[in-house]
Amino acid sequence: MNRPVLEKNLKLSRRDFIVGSAAIANGGLALGMRVPFDAAHADTSASASQVNIWVAIKPDDTCVIRIARSEMGQGTLTGLAQLVAEELECDWSKVTTEGVTPGQNLAAKRAWGEMGTGGSRGIRTSQDYVRRGGAAARIMLMQAAANQWNVAASELTFSKGVISHAASNRSVRYGQVAAAAAQLTPPDPKSITLKDPKNWTIAGQPLKRLDTADKLDGSKIFAIDLKLPGMLCAAIKDCPVYGGKLTSFDESKVVGMPGVKKVVRVKDTAVAVVADTWWRAKKALDALPIVWDEGPNAAASSATIAEMLKDGLGASTTNGDRHNGDALKAIAEAPKKVEAVYSTPFLAHAPMEMMNCTVKLSADRADAWVPTQNLEASLAALSETSGIPLNKCEIHRHDLGGGFGRRGGTQDYVHQAVEIAKSFPDTPIKLIWSREEDQAHDFYRPISQCRLSAGLDNDGNLLGLHVRISGQSINALLNQKGIVGGRDMRQLQGYYETPGDAQLGYDVPNLLIEYVMRNSHVPVGPWRGVNTNQNAVYMECFMDEVARAAGKDALEFRRALMKNHPKHLAVLNAAAEKGDWGKPLPPGIHRGLAQFMGYGSYSAAVSEVSVSPQGKLKVHRIVLAVNCGHMVNPGQIEAQAQGSVAYGLTAALYGEMPVDKGRMTNLNFDTYEIMRLAEMPKVEVVLVPTYDFWGGVGEPTICVVTPSVMNAIYAATGKPVRSLPLKNVKLV
Amino acid sequence: MAKLNINGTVREVSAEADTPLLWVLREHVGLTGTKYGCGIAQCGACSVHFNGEVQRSCQIPLGQITEADKIVTIEGLSEGRSHPVQRAWAAVDVPQCGYCQSGQIMAAAALLAQNPKPADHDIDAAMTNICRCGTYQRIREAVHMAADIGTTGKRG
Repeated sequence: MNRPVLEKNLKLSRRDFIVGSAAIANGGLALGMRVPFDAAHADTSASASQVNIWVAIKPDDTCVIRIARSEMGQGTLTGLAQLVAEELECDWSKVTTEGVTPGQNLAAKRAWGEMGTGGSRGIRTSQDYVRRGGAAARIMLMQAAANQWNVAASELTFSKGVISHAASNRSVRYGQVAAAAAQLTPPDPKSITLKDPKNWTIAGQPLKRLDTADKLDGSKIFAIDLKLPGMLCAAIKDCPVYGGKLTSFDESKVVGMPGVKKVVRVKDTAVAVVADTWWRAKKALDALPIVWDEGPNAAASSATIAEMLKDGLGASTTNGDRHNGDALKAIAEAPKKVEAVYSTPFLAHAPMEMMNCTVKLSADRADAWVPTQNLEASLAALSETSGIPLNKCEIHRHDLGGGFGRRGGTQDYVHQAVEIAKSFPDTPIKLIWSREEDQAHDFYRPISQCRLSAGLDNDGNLLGLHVRISGQSINALLNQKGIVGGRDMRQLQGYYETPGDAQLGYDVPNLLIEYVMRNSHVPVGPWRGVNTNQNAVYMECFMDEVARAAGKDALEFRRALMKNHPKHLAVLNAAAEKGDWGKPLPPGIHRGLAQFMGYGSYSAAVSEVSVSPQGKLKVHRIVLAVNCGHMVNPGQIEAQAQGSVAYGLTAALYGEMPVDKGRMTNLNFDTYEIMRLAEMPKVEVVLVPTYDFWGGVGEPTICVVTPSVMNAIYAATGKPVRSLPLKNVKLV
Repeated sequence: MAKLNINGTVREVSAEADTPLLWVLREHVGLTGTKYGCGIAQCGACSVHFNGEVQRSCQIPLGQITEADKIVTIEGLSEGRSHPVQRAWAAVDVPQCGYCQSGQIMAAAALLAQNPKPADHDIDAAMTNICRCGTYQRIREAVHMAADIGTTGKRG
């Protein structure tokens, strides 16, 4: 395509773009548009015919399916391709994919819709328009064949990329009519009837991922692996205490070191060494004398933050609640009361590929290569910090070496890389954070404490429940408009009354759930599962405490509260059944269960653990049931559920980022321990889809892992576990 | 100028003696399949075969390597991803993000070279690399499958 012509027509200002980034894409608009694909970035050679923005077909029938979302291991790339291919009715063995860049999307007025990949939305919020894209391309291919044969399109049949006309015994392959199809007017997407998922043959199948091969021989180029002509590398240190500043550094001590080019101040808080290799840059950075002004938070510690949270448990004002009846009165008057205080720590994301970004700035052009969960936010960051207009900026896609929520909206490492690159015009600068920097400057899973109290009648029925969370708010730091009238309901994720997203699965006659905001100086952000993790621990572990006080079985006690929540209940029942709830156990093994909802999907788990007389925990087996509505790739749903066990259990067993003298500690994997293969329990994933909604997959299952294990420990020891990580808890 | 035998080819490298083999491979030789994950021998993303043993290359300084040492990286493990471990990894669809998988595959290949039919506890002991996506269960399955491929020649 002729890029400058498109740019001339580009009417979107940066403000429009950023505002627009939050909106859901208009798929209908996207489909109706003719958007030439930028050949400079596309694998699609000149020989490929772009049927529409989602599909290009080569003469050899290769179907190139365009993917707008980011791939970080979660399998969205394969799932989205399955959805397009399902409606396209092509030969799956001929499918390849190609990533759309945010510059292309911007130039096409966001024809590919939203690119942000978080909140388990990658498939569920784009499924409708990508399926219509595949169907529209198929209709155009059919029409092209009909025109060629001068017959009605309704007389044609299609299968696996071949169009046939039975009456004349003719057939043609997609690759043979793609060029003609590309010239046709696209159908009105609203006129398209999508296939009933019951009739899917490509989607819905546990197909192998499309992106495995180059992960097997080291040939996959992650952003951290990028090598560009003339490229220099940067290592960075930001002030170890948030709120502090860089006072000074003594460049003279390192300028003569091998490969070192320059020491660069990065905004007010950080310093970077730029060298010909990253190792040399890091070595010089380690040798660089730096003076920090640690600022007002230098005395903060885990203990001071815990005191702040404790204060919130007794505060007179709250920042969001849901309630029915009069829980406080019901509990006060109840013949039997249960009360407990729980806590969960800050956690780092620790994706295997640490933060990195390569930036090249020229007088009127900015390019960045970055692992990002939000390509458009990266583009905006590149433009904002470089001062170069959005339409002269581009983000070059790289799949991520893990994301888990770390690489979404904040783009802090992109801003840094651009700042550094300003000192080196026309030179690509690759900024890589050390693991220590990555651990020290995360946006951590928020810390919180939770006080719960319950009142029971003499028959063990739950009369009232009061839940009060005092904790740090993600919205307060990253999305203030998410706090409405002082109420930050995101913190009550999983406790909502409204169905569909993160609804509490219990009816309690008198219920009060409150959030009290208490923010420390430590930055927080979304961490796989976000607030469902902590909230599931609080609700589900306390449920077991209350059930025990009521003298009831943990499953039966829950069931009595779930009559009006059939989907929650069905998943809990599925986990209980496959998890052998109530059946005899081998000596020393104990079970625990949990259920919760998040990201539009329902999850439940039954865990089996043993606790040795010395207090050593072993998790033997986890049965994890999930209903995500429609299933695009059961194999990948299973993989995500298995992975969520590892990520969740790592946090449960070991995860904490303590604060000492204002700074984060546990800066590498020797102290921020990660679960290894030997500790991985046998995970049995039970898929119980009801095919009547679109739920997420990447995040919903993680939140039930930890409480089910904690409840199994409670069953084993008779002692509830109320704080994490478990390595700090004396189990017996 | 140091001489290193990498994947059967002798390469000349000009870098400081304290440069870890990991960074020699990535930044001087151009083999980026070997990954940086921690730099302190915890995660195993940098695993290579060093004289037939799996080693964490972030802990081997260039100055301690001689031309007699045989280094094999993920890029040199096989032609066309044909090693039984790579075939099993593909068959089981092990990788998620893939970042740690070079190291996982090198660790598994070294295990099978020593122990062609490992039991679960052998896999537990040998496969100590970190995977944040949590592919451990499929890694275990794939190691068993690779053992079958290796001992019976069965296709993965």
